[in-house]
Amino acid sequence: MRRRAAALLAALVAAAALVVGLGASPASASSLGGPVLYGTVTSDGTGVQGVTITATNDSGFSGEATTDAKGAWEIKTPKSGTYTVTLDEATLPDGVALTADSGNTRTVNALLGKVRIQFPTGEATGGGASKAEQAVQLTVDGLLLGLILALAALGVSLIYGTTGLTNFAHGELVTLGALSTYFYSAVLNLPLVISAVLALISCGILGAIQDKVLWKQLRRRGTGLIAMLVVSIGLGIFVRYLFLFFFGGATQQFPEFSGQEGLEFGPLAITPKAIIGAIAAIIAILASIYWLLKTRMGKASRAVADNPALASASGIDVERVINVVWILGATLAALSGILVGLTSGVSWNMGQQILLLIFAAVTVGGLGTAFGALLGSIIVGLLIQLSTLFIPPELKSVGALFILIIILLVRPQGLLGRRERIG
Amino acid sequence: MDWNTILSQTITQAVGVLAVIYCLAAVGLNVHFGYTGLLNFGQSGFLAVAAYGLAVTVANIGLSFWAGIVVGIIAAILLALLLGIPTLRLRADYLAIVTIAAAEIIRLIVRSVTFREWFGGSDGITRFADSFYDLNPFSGPLALGPLKFSQNDLWVVTVGWILVALTSLLVWSLMRSPWGRVLRGIREDEDAVRSLGKNVYAYKMQSLILGGVIGALGGFVSAIAFQSVQPDTFSTDFTFFAYTILILGGAARIFGPIVGTMIFWALLVFIGEFLSEAVSAGVITFITSTQVGQIRFMLVGLGLMMLMIFRPQGIFGDRKELALDAR
Repeated sequence: MRRRAAALLAALVAAAALVVGLGASPASASSLGGPVLYGTVTSDGTGVQGVTITATNDSGFSGEATTDAKGAWEIKTPKSGTYTVTLDEATLPDGVALTADSGNTRTVNALLGKVRIQFPTGEATGGGASKAEQAVQLTVDGLLLGLILALAALGVSLIYGTTGLTNFAHGELVTLGALSTYFYSAVLNLPLVISAVLALISCGILGAIQDKVLWKQLRRRGTGLIAMLVVSIGLGIFVRYLFLFFFGGATQQFPEFSGQEGLEFGPLAITPKAIIGAIAAIIAILASIYWLLKTRMGKASRAVADNPALASASGIDVERVINVVWILGATLAALSGILVGLTSGVSWNMGQQILLLIFAAVTVGGLGTAFGALLGSIIVGLLIQLSTLFIPPELKSVGALFILIIILLVRPQGLLGRRERIG
Repeated sequence: MDWNTILSQTITQAVGVLAVIYCLAAVGLNVHFGYTGLLNFGQSGFLAVAAYGLAVTVANIGLSFWAGIVVGIIAAILLALLLGIPTLRLRADYLAIVTIAAAEIIRLIVRSVTFREWFGGSDGITRFADSFYDLNPFSGPLALGPLKFSQNDLWVVTVGWILVALTSLLVWSLMRSPWGRVLRGIREDEDAVRSLGKNVYAYKMQSLILGGVIGALGGFVSAIAFQSVQPDTFSTDFTFFAYTILILGGAARIFGPIVGTMIFWALLVFIGEFLSEAVSAGVITFITSTQVGQIRFMLVGLGLMMLMIFRPQGIFGDRKELALDAR
């Protein structure tokens, strides 16, 4: 049985490698021989074109680059050393400014390879938007983020409910959705919509395979829940660096819709792709709710979550239900990843970056309750965005994680959780 | 292929500065996870508050090095209380989620531009441990066969392994005491211990503080050895590596973290050095030198999975003692 598990695992790895394989982008050797300085200037997730960046060093080297349509720039340097990188603020378009405090120069000690330099930019402050107008915009942004989190949180919650597994590798399912969409659209040159659908299908299949190959075997062996949790951490690390190996460390944009203009509704600016993404998310969530409440399989999944032994005794095929839950969870996570990719680009650790927010959402709503996960996600999403009215945007996740701790103090079972699950 | 370099690097780093740091973190985790069954995923947070406590006290406030050490330890104790109060009454996975969240909160705050004046943003704080190196009794570097340390590293490594020995001795004697037996009882069956009239919550809190402070010593070693603290040193991956080390060596065993550390680093460094050499010598052509580092991380993840599935007791552990399944 061990051999079989290992062979199946190898198959899983091979399949995952296949999905991202052609997306490999080996670091290009610089013709000048020294390290390459690079970065992306973005504002609200879209690239800023035409910004001039210069790099100089003590021995008289001077290089200049202008950002392309995606906001990316790259300066090749002759040798390792200390470089002063400057962003010409006059070339920033109206309404975009560097975020306060960090200034427009960076001093970097570049040794080798590619060195990423960031100039965080955002909307120019003092542009006149009142707190109320900002609040409207942030509420919409918060709801969008909440929907993205909800898609992933629903999977975490369903898997936890049916199997007891706290899946620390769920973030990698999110990344996989975005990476496979990137693969289909940027490498195979398929239209983005078709790529997204193909990605959802392949992620659903990979979710089923992951359950069959790994988690089902562990359940059969009687591996404890804590041990399975640690296994999921190991799997997360492995898959994450597999992504990095094939995809590289840079953030990429989907070939279509990357620099979309926002539509203005009074004080509100929202991109068409965000609207379409939100609609897709709402449809997926409603379909999941319908599945849970109205279909035989959905009802069976709730029965399994309630009491697996009793469900099994009443003739429910528990393993099959769990497998379907995995397919659903992986597909929803993939959609969540595609939506994140549309707004803020695709990177190898994008899922890991939102994993804790997903956990916060699930815990706030109540571990193991599907509706709690939805409610928790919307709350966390709104909280993160609205908190930027009062605290610096870079600390917005801190607020959300802090609320998680407060909720556990006052209502440990979460908003919709049941008391007996916690102790 | 330069086998001498590979071998020398492997042996040196198996007992080097990083090994000491991970070992202390793992000894602390052994108290939490191995003996008490607490799933602390925020060990990097304990190292971070200690390291930053030291750095900020010395570099920004201008107090002495030893005051910095005291501040760091107090910070670690406060963190343990802060984490323990809301979660120790709850099921194990709640503690896991809250501790990992707390470690991320700490990392995000110390790397933020807003608190740059205090914590130095993503660059961190540098040069605050000169008074530690002033005490260095070694007058030159060490070159004992393949084992090579600079004068300063030798001092740090010596102090570090003494700390490992002292904390291991402390843990060993505590775990033989009635107090330690209660902790192990909590790990096996919390309700049974409670029915004997023990205050499980208080014991868990004491365990969290003890393990956290041992981890804090690792934070000091890290801050001192590099004369710098940087936020991204204390990422969640650090904690997971420490877990890998602990499980590799064997949880709930005194020598588990020590043996685990040496094997972990020896393997990691050997594979890294070997692949790098092979790539630069042109023996292996299908990967680049940056991808070597990524392969190492993949192997860590894969190793953690495989260990947990096939040998959860690690090298030294006793499978019967470590019923790794809290509720």
